[in-house]
Amino acid sequence: MTTVVTENCKGCRFTDCVAVCPVACFHYDDEMLYIDPDVCIDCSACIPECPVEAIFEEDDIPEGQEHWTEINADKAPDLPLIEEPMDPLPEAEERKADLGF
Amino acid sequence: MSSLGDGSNPLRVAIVGSGPSGFYATEALIKSGLNVEIDLIERLPAPFGLVRNGVAPDHPKLKQAIKVYKKVAQNPEFNFVGNVTVGVDIKAEELQQTHHAVIYTCGAETDRRLGIPGEDLPGSHTATEFVGWYNGHPDYRDRTFDLSHETAVVIGQGNVAADVARILAKSVDELKQTDIAQHALDVLAESRVRTIYVVGRRGPAQAKFASKELKEFLEIENCRPYIDPAELELNEASQLEIDSKEGRGNKKNIEIFHQFAGSEDTGKQRVCIATFLRSPLRLEGEGRLQKVIFETNELSGEPFRQSAKGTGQTTEIDCGIMFRSIGYNGVPIEGVPFYERWGTIPNDAGRITSEQGGATVPGLYTAGWIKRGPSGIIGTNRACAVETVGALLEDVGELDTDKPGREGLYKILNSNNVRYIDYAQWEKIDAAEVAAGELKSKPREKFTRRTEMLEVAGS
Repeated sequence: MTTVVTENCKGCRFTDCVAVCPVACFHYDDEMLYIDPDVCIDCSACIPECPVEAIFEEDDIPEGQEHWTEINADKAPDLPLIEEPMDPLPEAEERKADLGF
Repeated sequence: MSSLGDGSNPLRVAIVGSGPSGFYATEALIKSGLNVEIDLIERLPAPFGLVRNGVAPDHPKLKQAIKVYKKVAQNPEFNFVGNVTVGVDIKAEELQQTHHAVIYTCGAETDRRLGIPGEDLPGSHTATEFVGWYNGHPDYRDRTFDLSHETAVVIGQGNVAADVARILAKSVDELKQTDIAQHALDVLAESRVRTIYVVGRRGPAQAKFASKELKEFLEIENCRPYIDPAELELNEASQLEIDSKEGRGNKKNIEIFHQFAGSEDTGKQRVCIATFLRSPLRLEGEGRLQKVIFETNELSGEPFRQSAKGTGQTTEIDCGIMFRSIGYNGVPIEGVPFYERWGTIPNDAGRITSEQGGATVPGLYTAGWIKRGPSGIIGTNRACAVETVGALLEDVGELDTDKPGREGLYKILNSNNVRYIDYAQWEKIDAAEVAAGELKSKPREKFTRRTEMLEVAGS
């Protein structure tokens, strides 16, 4: 089991989750965040922090988003670590509204 | 003269309590880029607070947070001062004299009381005692728990209540390869508990369990989780709660509760029953606990502000043991402001105040459960400690300079004949525990006596 960042993060990258991660398992690229499953301890602290509900426990991922488990595992380790929140992407608020949040 | 935190003028900070908040405060100070010297003071000879002594033994993954703390401890700015109780071995006022700033991160160490007749009958316990006992905390090593009666009651519906119920529910085979203390395993092996009630004051939509904790009950080898389906009928306000964004977690809980309600009786040895809308009125028994009398509640009020009010109707559960897990309070430290009502240190975003809503006391800070009360999980304390350290860093220009730091601290401890241990000595204890565990295929076998720990530490 791990915790997974999914589609909704793409274009938002709010990073509220990062502030409560006890083990620094988030990584980032220009689009979104990813969780390193080898570091994550499954505490779920990040899940309620996400303003666009992008983060799920692995066995709780909505249908059609399951592939994100593999994407997180593949991408996270090679991307830079993020340990402190940073500004969301410029289009984040717009995207959040589009997503219905 | 150079300012505090410059090359030749380190900012000397004492942090009291080496749980997650203490380590996250340490980490934030080290990352500040200032020249810092940190003395992390711990009353036990072992660091890591509730990650070591609170997180359940069958949750090893959560305990991996310790890896992060071990990394923080490798920084040259860090110093561990174990087996030292502030307020006893050194006065809080003395610490203010030795360090530029003191951060209290000492957690919430006592259980709230129910405040009802019979609460102190033998057989009535706090969750803290039981959790400390099965986790090998030296303060709880000699507690005894009588598991000879078939029914146990847990009061409260948060994650600690779930931990207590789960440890009672699991078979010894499911626990023996965890870091559970051997003395607890021996007692649990003889347990005759068959029915475990987990009782909440409010309804199923208000239970504070994390969904993940609930799901685990579906996987227990010899215990069936159950709820009377009638108890899952929600009033309108509760339905609105779980259908809203804030109620996302509770909605998941309700789904899992329905799985409990529909669970088949496959002849498992034990059953764990969640029940709602009941407040304990009194505990009864001849010389020891024999039954808990509950008043049935009903909810009223707006969504998310519903309160439970007694209906006058009573029910009772015959039982031999009861654990209360209805919240925690901090323990006051002499010389440090304390707000009795909340069981916290009064503060303004981490700056300690003379009283609740009072003026800030220069140089005193707080983070974690003792700052904001016992809510949130391990990671919540990281954000909390970062806020506190942010306040401290803003204040650096106004702090009293010229403090001896570590040297002054050791001088006082030595003159008081305090047997303190450093991080290298803790590492010896750590290694010895891991080695003792290996023989039993356990991640570690904890020392449960201070004297044993100090002996291994060579202090």
